[in-house]
Amino acid sequence: MLKKRVAAVLIVRDGIVVQSNRFQKYLPIGKPAIAIEFLNKWGIDEIILLDISATRLRASVHPAMISDSVSRCFVPLTVGGGIRSLQTVDALLHSGADKVVLNNVLFEDETFLSEVARKYGRQFVIACIDVKRNAAGEYRVYDYTCDCITDITVDTWARKLEELGAGEILIHDVDRDGTYQGFDSSLCKLVCEHVHVPVIIAGGAGNPDHFVDVFSSSPVSAAAAGNFFHFSEHSVIKTKAAIRKRDIDVRLETHANYADAEIDSNNRLHKKSDEILDKLLYLKIEKEII
Amino acid sequence: MKKKVTIIDYGVGNVYSVANALSMLDVQVKISSAEVDIKKADALILPGVGAFDVAMRQLEKSGLDRILNEIVLREKKPILGICLGMQLLAKSSTENGFHQGLGWINGVVEKLELSAPYIVPHVGWNSVTFNDNTPLSARLTKHHEFYFDHSYHLNTSPDIIQATCWYGKDVTAAVQHENIFGVQFHPEKSQTSGLKLFKGFLNSIGQIPS
Repeated sequence: MLKKRVAAVLIVRDGIVVQSNRFQKYLPIGKPAIAIEFLNKWGIDEIILLDISATRLRASVHPAMISDSVSRCFVPLTVGGGIRSLQTVDALLHSGADKVVLNNVLFEDETFLSEVARKYGRQFVIACIDVKRNAAGEYRVYDYTCDCITDITVDTWARKLEELGAGEILIHDVDRDGTYQGFDSSLCKLVCEHVHVPVIIAGGAGNPDHFVDVFSSSPVSAAAAGNFFHFSEHSVIKTKAAIRKRDIDVRLETHANYADAEIDSNNRLHKKSDEILDKLLYLKIEKEII
Repeated sequence: MKKKVTIIDYGVGNVYSVANALSMLDVQVKISSAEVDIKKADALILPGVGAFDVAMRQLEKSGLDRILNEIVLREKKPILGICLGMQLLAKSSTENGFHQGLGWINGVVEKLELSAPYIVPHVGWNSVTFNDNTPLSARLTKHHEFYFDHSYHLNTSPDIIQATCWYGKDVTAAVQHENIFGVQFHPEKSQTSGLKLFKGFLNSIGQIPS
């Protein structure tokens, strides 16, 4: 069985991972290499790294930053930020990226998506759509370089990107970014109804229930979180353990799996029963040999 | 002495990721397209992220197909094809029109035709079931999760299939024919399970009857 994926989005600004709040406020977290190493250790299914300073500077995400960051990355790494040439894509592939995300370039040059898909296969290209609600509350494609909401509806744009060759669609809910209020399931359903490729939702994750809700109420293939994973130990494992307890099939292969732990809706662990703690006292954990 | 592994760089393929994963194991890794590096290696890895025809053209243009034919078919050097790298081993593919592959193993590459709710590409972590006693799974237990990312699959004869996964139908996940190995998933991106699979492949060097 194919598992639902729990992905992490790393927003990088000037070479530093930041926590973003609706793309308006940023809090520095640290180096990408460290964030990637920990996410990897905690059994994340996929990492999406987006360099948001690149597009504004009319530059692309720097391949050297990627190669400096991936030495402990053994999960798929998708890289995005100002990619607008096949040479950049090539350089990224030779620096540790496994897939690329295209976003703003597609407003100017749709054919670039087809070119990349033609050369590397469509499974290699993720098209990202930034979504905002307009004054009437309708979903519209958002252009963050000019901070303006376009007239393009999300479903037409998603369908168009699929036709052009996108292998996956990443929906970035800008209004909910950094708000911890949960994923917008109706937005997910809308996009999934209009495309036949896997859809990833990002923006709004605040606790494990949000993942459970979006996985059970819409057919999205993956849900991603950024800020939510940064500040607590084993955040990914705890999230997955909580999702698994609600009978949704996610991968959980890390040694610590929290199977016998109670996790509350704020992703906090409860104290284990004395019986379990007694057993743990004599448990020997062997180092895994590869 | 450390085993030498050469990752074949033919322009398409996440070579850096593969090298990075192998560097965790006790081997000497080289990314190269030079004949001398291919000849010197104890084992070869043919990675692949790309379209079949583009990849095949790159192999032919650089003369790598000829060199590999000699080394893999005559000298029986172990080779592991990953994802598209596995598909290239087959006779042909229908991706972007009909194209001939390296033809080292039986089988043809076809588009995944699936009915709802299965969507293409097949992306994500899927459980893989290996046959008993396969070299690739020697370090693994019977069921393991690996990362898949593909729209086409290898339709081949059961005698070379070593593992399958379920995605609306049985999808070929791993194959072996003598010294030629292939996996549809990405072991370099499948955490510890992937590293164990590489280890199984490397351990089998010198033990495969040719």
